[in-house]
Amino acid sequence: MRKNLYRLTFLERLYIPEILRGMAITLRQMFRRKETRQYPEEKWVPPPSFRGAPVLVLEENGVERCVACGLCSRVCPALAIDVQAAETPDPKERYPAHFEINMLRCIFCGFCEEVCPEEAIVMSDAFEFAFTRYEDAVFGKERLLTPVSHVRERLTFLRERR
Amino acid sequence: MDAVGVLIALLKIVVLFAVVLLTVAELVYFERKISAWIQNRIGPNRVGPAGLLQPYADVLKLLMKEDVVPAAANRFLHALAPVVSISIALAALAVVPIAGSPVTLFGRSVIPVIADIDVGVLYILALSSMGVYGLTIGGWASNNKYSLLGGLRSSAQMISYELSMGLSLIGVVMITGSLRLDEIVRHQAGWMWNIVLQPIGFVTFLIAAFAETNRLPFDLPEAEHELVGGYHTEYSSFKFALFYLAEYANMITASAVIATLYLGGWQVPGLSRLGLSTGAEIAMQIGAFLAKTAAMLFFFQWVRWSIPRFRYDQLMNLGWKVMFPAALANIVLTALVLLFVE
Repeated sequence: MRKNLYRLTFLERLYIPEILRGMAITLRQMFRRKETRQYPEEKWVPPPSFRGAPVLVLEENGVERCVACGLCSRVCPALAIDVQAAETPDPKERYPAHFEINMLRCIFCGFCEEVCPEEAIVMSDAFEFAFTRYEDAVFGKERLLTPVSHVRERLTFLRERR
Repeated sequence: MDAVGVLIALLKIVVLFAVVLLTVAELVYFERKISAWIQNRIGPNRVGPAGLLQPYADVLKLLMKEDVVPAAANRFLHALAPVVSISIALAALAVVPIAGSPVTLFGRSVIPVIADIDVGVLYILALSSMGVYGLTIGGWASNNKYSLLGGLRSSAQMISYELSMGLSLIGVVMITGSLRLDEIVRHQAGWMWNIVLQPIGFVTFLIAAFAETNRLPFDLPEAEHELVGGYHTEYSSFKFALFYLAEYANMITASAVIATLYLGGWQVPGLSRLGLSTGAEIAMQIGAFLAKTAAMLFFFQWVRWSIPRFRYDQLMNLGWKVMFPAALANIVLTALVLLFVE
């Protein structure tokens, strides 16, 4: 093994010049632009490729797209989604009477979005989830329904890339 | 010593304590700031103006924690170790002179050092070798294998580097002809600092000082990746705070000693030519001493965030095969030069 070792030159074996070189590098770094983002004041806006919290799309006429087929619930690997269907006089005939996503279970894989035939469940750009109570972490319909204008970019991205 | 003398001595001690403890607090802040700058970050900036009060918030939090003592620990030694560490770290500063001429206080002249003893260099060496007791006792008393290993490492490391430290100093003592720190500083008038006269001795002393203070690249006693926390794994709350304090106080002591022995202490080149009053001169000298110490402290932290930790065998090889012969060669060289000059 020894013959594979890199032979140090005399100056390198003295260590001190090399240490000074290393310290010059760190000194240079001290005056470089800082990469820190002052988080709570200055928030990152994710690009449309970002998979944030899944949301239900609400059409402009105030009706959700979801037809309660239950595919998202079926495909969810973490069993985070719970859907209960009911009938509606609307042309789509079915709607989710009850729709819950447990955000403590969700793993942000985006399978629900991928499997949805109606583009009704979409990964939004929300990424701040801190809960103090279990009930707060289970998102019901009222928290999930999002106007279509909020997720327009993600929908365009999905049509282009999928 | 009469009552006023005792009062003055106490006053000096209190001032030194206050200055060192406040500096330790801000050193922790600067440690974090410098590490942040080197890593292209900003560092603490929320508590107080520019984050300056961050260390106080940290200390408050630390003091509110539970003080856990392991069931199998030796309770007396477990409590003693941090106290030994911190008192030794602070005691070494007593002999460091901070200005050239006496100050008049309460109608009598006061020397600008707590204890102006004739064997100042020996005193510093003696105390720095005592420093190992705090760490070793702490490691042993915790009854934890990681702590014990940390303590063992610290004793082996400090004893190895003690030698080269002492030998590097012999060069300085040979040039000055005195063990008194005040005379060593006086001898470095103008630009004849010992760093110029003793470059090899300075480098070996500097490296040994890093090893003595357990700072990176020689922080093996607390190597987080191998030993959890090393000797202070089983410490919490106030006792941990004391160990932490001792580490930084040691750094201040080492910086002050290096500034005194090699960087000319309170000497300001060309100060006498400015024709200032005595008071202004003393202020300048104290300022110069503090600036040199601060520069050394910055250097300590800069090195810490630049150089990775040595392996244990590398540490011992460096100590015995490089530092020891280099320090010896420095003595011989100094002796020869002194012989030819005279």
